[in-house]
Amino acid sequence: MSLHTISVLVEDKPGVLTRVAGLFAARGFNIDSLAVGPTSDDGLSRMTIVVQVETKPLEQVTKQLNKLINVIKILEHEPGEAVERELMLVKVKAEGEGRARVLEICDVFRVRVLDVTHRTITIEGTGTPDKLEALLALLRDFGVVELSRTGRIALARGDRGIRERGAKQRSVAAGAEEWTGGGV
Amino acid sequence: MKVTGAQALFKALEGEGVDVVFGIPGGAILPAYDPLLDSTVHHVLCRHEQGAGHAAEGYAWATGKVGVCIATSGPGGCNLVTPLADAKMDSVAMVAITGQVPTPVVGNDAFQEADITGITLPVTKHNFLVKDANDLAQTMREAFHIASTGRPGPVLVDIPKDVQLQEITWHWPDGVDLPGYKPTTKGNLRQVRTAVKMIMEAKRPVLYVGGGVIKANASKELYRLALDGQLPVVTTLMARGAFPDTHELALGMPGMHGGYAGVTSMQKADLLIALGARFDDRVTGQLSSFAPHAKVIHVDIDPAEIGKNRAADVPIVGDVKDVITKLHAELRRKQEEAGGVPERGGWLKTLKKWKKEFPYRYDQPADGPLKPQFAIERLYEHAADSIVVSGVGQHQMWASQFWRFTEPRTWINSGGLGTMGFAVPAALGAAAGRPDRRVVAIDGDGCFQMTAQELATSTTESIPFITAIINNAHLGMVRQWQELFYEERYSQVYLSHDVPDYAKLAEAYGAVGLRAEHPDEVDAVIEKALSVEDRSVVIDFRCDPGEMVFPMVPAGASNDDIVLGPEGLKPVNDPAEAPVA
Repeated sequence: MSLHTISVLVEDKPGVLTRVAGLFAARGFNIDSLAVGPTSDDGLSRMTIVVQVETKPLEQVTKQLNKLINVIKILEHEPGEAVERELMLVKVKAEGEGRARVLEICDVFRVRVLDVTHRTITIEGTGTPDKLEALLALLRDFGVVELSRTGRIALARGDRGIRERGAKQRSVAAGAEEWTGGGV
Repeated sequence: MKVTGAQALFKALEGEGVDVVFGIPGGAILPAYDPLLDSTVHHVLCRHEQGAGHAAEGYAWATGKVGVCIATSGPGGCNLVTPLADAKMDSVAMVAITGQVPTPVVGNDAFQEADITGITLPVTKHNFLVKDANDLAQTMREAFHIASTGRPGPVLVDIPKDVQLQEITWHWPDGVDLPGYKPTTKGNLRQVRTAVKMIMEAKRPVLYVGGGVIKANASKELYRLALDGQLPVVTTLMARGAFPDTHELALGMPGMHGGYAGVTSMQKADLLIALGARFDDRVTGQLSSFAPHAKVIHVDIDPAEIGKNRAADVPIVGDVKDVITKLHAELRRKQEEAGGVPERGGWLKTLKKWKKEFPYRYDQPADGPLKPQFAIERLYEHAADSIVVSGVGQHQMWASQFWRFTEPRTWINSGGLGTMGFAVPAALGAAAGRPDRRVVAIDGDGCFQMTAQELATSTTESIPFITAIINNAHLGMVRQWQELFYEERYSQVYLSHDVPDYAKLAEAYGAVGLRAEHPDEVDAVIEKALSVEDRSVVIDFRCDPGEMVFPMVPAGASNDDIVLGPEGLKPVNDPAEAPVA
């Protein structure tokens, strides 16, 4: 089992999220995180899905995803070939001497403090999933009151956008004359 | 021109060239049934929505056109779930139209409300909820386009009642705009050349032909490829009729109940050329020991099928008709260069020998009991030019084994989903679509009772067909498994030969009811059935309940361990060791 990050460009229509999530659920795959938002193109949304799965069953899922009418493009990010970020908000206990140590940690990690009360500090953390995990590990010592994470978002490195890359090579390798854009 | 959403729906159906729809009205679809009266579309009033759905499937199978069914909201739509799932599994082009409660109360648990787009999401190729009648024509175009192109499949269009009543200006769109749906149809020429090189080098090639060849109307192209290349052909349950069984290159059906030649040719092959087939578990048996010596050329319009179960050495994504045409042209060129068909060391001779030595067999004692295979064989002898429809189970396997199909779209059955009760309504749909052809449903007694109500539809709509019930008083296939793998502990499989009295039931539905209990009566009864032209006929063939389907590859076993008859079975002593169905 390994962690895979997939970007899916979809038409912004009702039920698209259910269709995409349903394909994973139907095969018993647990989605680690899923982030959805608008893109620079009107009517298109982009999903970033992180899933823990073997490579071969994942290939079947991406092929099935490609068959969804509302899915425009799929890009599976190879490790190291994408920039990945996540945002988290965490409310941590910060009383007495702990307060200064929490603020010190925030400083080291270069994360922002959004709200302060007598008992807690709410922190906005942005970065790679690894960085957020490291930050969280330290904050847990003080007591995490509440945590909310956006899930990972990713863009491939290099000049090209998702529409100009991705499934094309795979399609030609699979024996198609030309890549026409997916769907079966 | 001002029209209502309901009028737009029928203008759209007319625009798509629909001549027949199958359905049942109800509250939320009421507005649509009014303009139906003024439409050129003929509506067949079924007795159950499941019947309407399977009828639409049968129509699509028989005609190659899109089958259309209509149901109301809630229970109406829910009753379509099985036909939709069936059509999805067997890639049947179908459009289902459902009424929905008015948009202001959607999500309110209104009377007869069900979230039918949610329910049918995993069993349709795509579905739509139309919220504005201005989108209706465009949506219908897209629904028909999606259902009939690429890998065909079912599409559901859910239309709330207020949308059906909404007044709009009619506009028929020129085409569709589906940026995420552009199926790859043209096969890659470089891959085709690689494939042909492999065919030229192969010593034991087999064409493994699936239902895609029938869907793509590629039988003629297949015939030329097989003949010019001298390539033997297995036709899966979904592809029966894609290549004539009467031809010497035909090896018949592979798989769990396939013939020895069909099964073993693939086991011994050094090259499988899979055309619109999906390496289904009923064909491959134990996957790891399936066709162990074979390289694989896999042609399919659906990239997700390629490499799903068996890795392909040469994958070719495209419309199988396009790819076969290209394979044929390239193969002819290479064979001309090489001075003819490559020498294959007696491969065809071996196959011919297997066909001769190990045919499907059964023993019909002269004094009975009546054997199901005998009834089917006699039916074939009398009515070989029919379109045959079957349900699911033993009778389906015997029909596929003993009927010799010579043209595509003359064999209609539920393959992937294995839907009992498919035959009668699908025969109704096939007969509605092909009034020029005789339609014969070969059904089981268990299957028949699931959907027999559509005989009423057949009578009132004057759409006659023949139903031959292979009545063995049991859920026969389950009984066979209990006999073989559960120490003959028969559990809940007995149905009875005479409850109901099938002949009387047929008469009650306005059909002709006939019965044969003895082998001597079979011919006369069939002749009588064939002489009836204006009404449906039901023949109750009361058969031997003990007869089992052979050959058999028990589920999960290797195809090398094909069992030719009851004498070849090894007893399973512990039900826990029984194969998993």
